[in-house]
Parts: sequence; structure tokens; C-alpha cells
Amino acid sequence: MKKTLFGIALLFFLAFMIFTAIGMRDFGIPELTEVDDYYIKNAQRETGANNVVTSIVFDYRGFDTLGEATVLFTAVVGVTALLREVIK
Amino acid sequence: MKEEMSRIVRTITSLIYGFVIIYGFYIIVHGHLTPGGGFQGGAIVASAFALLLVSYGEKGIDGFLKEELLSYIESTGLVLFISFAFLGLGTTFFYNFLANSENIFGNSVNTGINPGELNSSGTIALMNIAVGIEVLAALGVIILNMSAGAEKISKQKEN
Amino acid sequence: MLANFPYLAVVILIGMGIYTLVFKKNLIRIAIGITIIEMGANLFLITLGYKKGSIAPIYTQAPEGMSMALPTPQALTLTSIVIGVATTALILSIIMIIFKKYGTLNTDDIRRLRG
Repeated sequence: MKKTLFGIALLFFLAFMIFTAIGMRDFGIPELTEVDDYYIKNAQRETGANNVVTSIVFDYRGFDTLGEATVLFTAVVGVTALLREVIK
Repeated sequence: MKEEMSRIVRTITSLIYGFVIIYGFYIIVHGHLTPGGGFQGGAIVASAFALLLVSYGEKGIDGFLKEELLSYIESTGLVLFISFAFLGLGTTFFYNFLANSENIFGNSVNTGINPGELNSSGTIALMNIAVGIEVLAALGVIILNMSAGAEKISKQKEN
Repeated sequence: MLANFPYLAVVILIGMGIYTLVFKKNLIRIAIGITIIEMGANLFLITLGYKKGSIAPIYTQAPEGMSMALPTPQALTLTSIVIGVATTALILSIIMIIFKKYGTLNTDDIRRLRG
């Protein structure tokens, strides 16, 4: 009874998402590109790296990389603390 | 996984794992010229560790991959990354104070299409190496811990 | 309708992930369902930044006279993939502790054996 109710709700949700995916803008024509045009034109002169994606990850938006390194470190601490009394 | 695999698998693994580790370090160091960087190269070196663990079993790599050494290497990588961010605090946090100057890694780059130059970007190359060391050790510690835990649980279920 | 096929692929991936998350009974299959939903979200982020007939945004020995794709969604997807790895590692560790305590991986039996 609960499973069939959730199956019908899932079908409605998927139908809504398919109608949205068909009605979106065309694939391959982005509209708002001002910040990325600035990055592509000026990244080589300001940072000195040929790779624009790496200079965004480590120089223009380095704060997100700091947060991601912390998340990876916390995951390792969590796995070690959970499996400590299994291994001992 | 406490049994080792057959003789053919062990021979091929002992010939190949060195090349995989060197390929991973090549992708880490050339992060500012070609596609790649710290995270991708660290994952490639960790997959070399997984190859060794699967083909030799837990008894075979007892003296080769130690867990305490990998844990110290991971902490060193993260502290190095944060200290490079604090060194540019003269202007702002995370400032690239080595680009287009006369210190290490400080040459300028001609704009437009050019073959790359290794001595070019400032703190980006140093941060790539720090993050690569951290990801390498973090994935290695996760793999070793989960393998030891799975062996203890399956040995308990047999009794 | 076939011009927007990458967006339809994202909808198919997320639909398969939610179906596996709700209707299956084994614990490892539920963990695989969570990973498939995260993969669908990463694919959606990447396909938002593509220009028709463009190359990768790298200046080393690039061919002449072509436009470059947008680099910002690629930088955000890198962070999202690493967060997915951390989530999967923690989920699998918790599944190992549940198996050690209850002896089975079926959610119907785990709900009945209390205490």
C-alpha cells in the first residue's frame, strides 16, 4: 500500500522533471558569460598559468579548495574512529 | 583479503606499480600546464596502492605500506597548504605573491597559444604538490583501514 | 526534443537512483543508489557550461582560432566529486559496523531484532 503510493508520486515527479528538461534552453548556447569571459582573457597575464581551470581552483576561488581539503581530512578521521574497536 | 592471487598476477604487479606511481607524480607536478592537478594525480597514486593490496594480500605488504607513516604524510600536506595561504597575508589571504616576480617559480608567460614553461606560475605549482600529497595519503589510509576491518569481521563470522 | 539529450540523461540517472533508494532491501544496494544520485548531479553541472564547437580552456598547444568552453562549472564539479568520495567512505564504514552487530544485511531483519 505504501509502496504503490510512493511509486505514483515518483512517476509524477519524473514527469515534471522531463517536461522541464525538454523546455530548457538549447544545449550549447550559454547566456550569461561575463565572468567567464574575464577569466579566459586575463588569467594568463595575472596568474602566469596556462591552465585556466587550475588557476580558478587554486587562485581565484582558493577558499573552496580549503573547505574541500578539510572535508577529506574529516572523512579520514571519521573512518579511523569508527573502525578502531573492530580492528583492535 | 588475506589470500594472495596467482603467480602471474603477482609478477605483472611487481613490474608495473612503479610506472603507475611515476605517472601519478607527473600529473601532479604539471598541473598548471596540462589538464590534471593535485586531486587527479593523488587518486592515480592511490590506485597503485590498491593494486598492490589486492594482488599481494594483507600479509604480503606488511612491511611496505605502514599506516602511521601515511597518516603523518597527510597531516604534513594539509599544514603545508595552509601555510602557503598565510604567507601572502601582506596583501590578502591566498594572494599569489610569487607570480611575475623574480623568486622561485616566477617567470612570466607570453599571452596566447604557446608550449608551456614549467617555471611559470607562482604559488599554484606549490599548492598542487601539497594537495597531491594529502589526497594520496588520505585515500591510502581509508583503503588500509577498511581492508583490515573487513578481514577481522569475516574471521569472526567463521567462528 | 533530441537537442536537449544531456538533460534527459540527467533525469534518467536521478530517477534510477531514487528508485533504487526506496524499493530495494539490501543495504549495499541502497548505498549504490545514493552514489548514482550524486553522479547525476555532477553530470548536470558539467553540461551547463558548453559552447557549440569549442575546445578545452587550456592555452598549451591549442589549435588556432577556436572559442573556449566555460571553465567555472568544471572547477565546481571537482569539489563535488571529492565530497561524494568522502560520503561513500563513511556510509560503507557504518554498513560494516551494522553487519558486525546484527549478522545480516537485510533491512527487514534489522528492524525486527531489537536490543
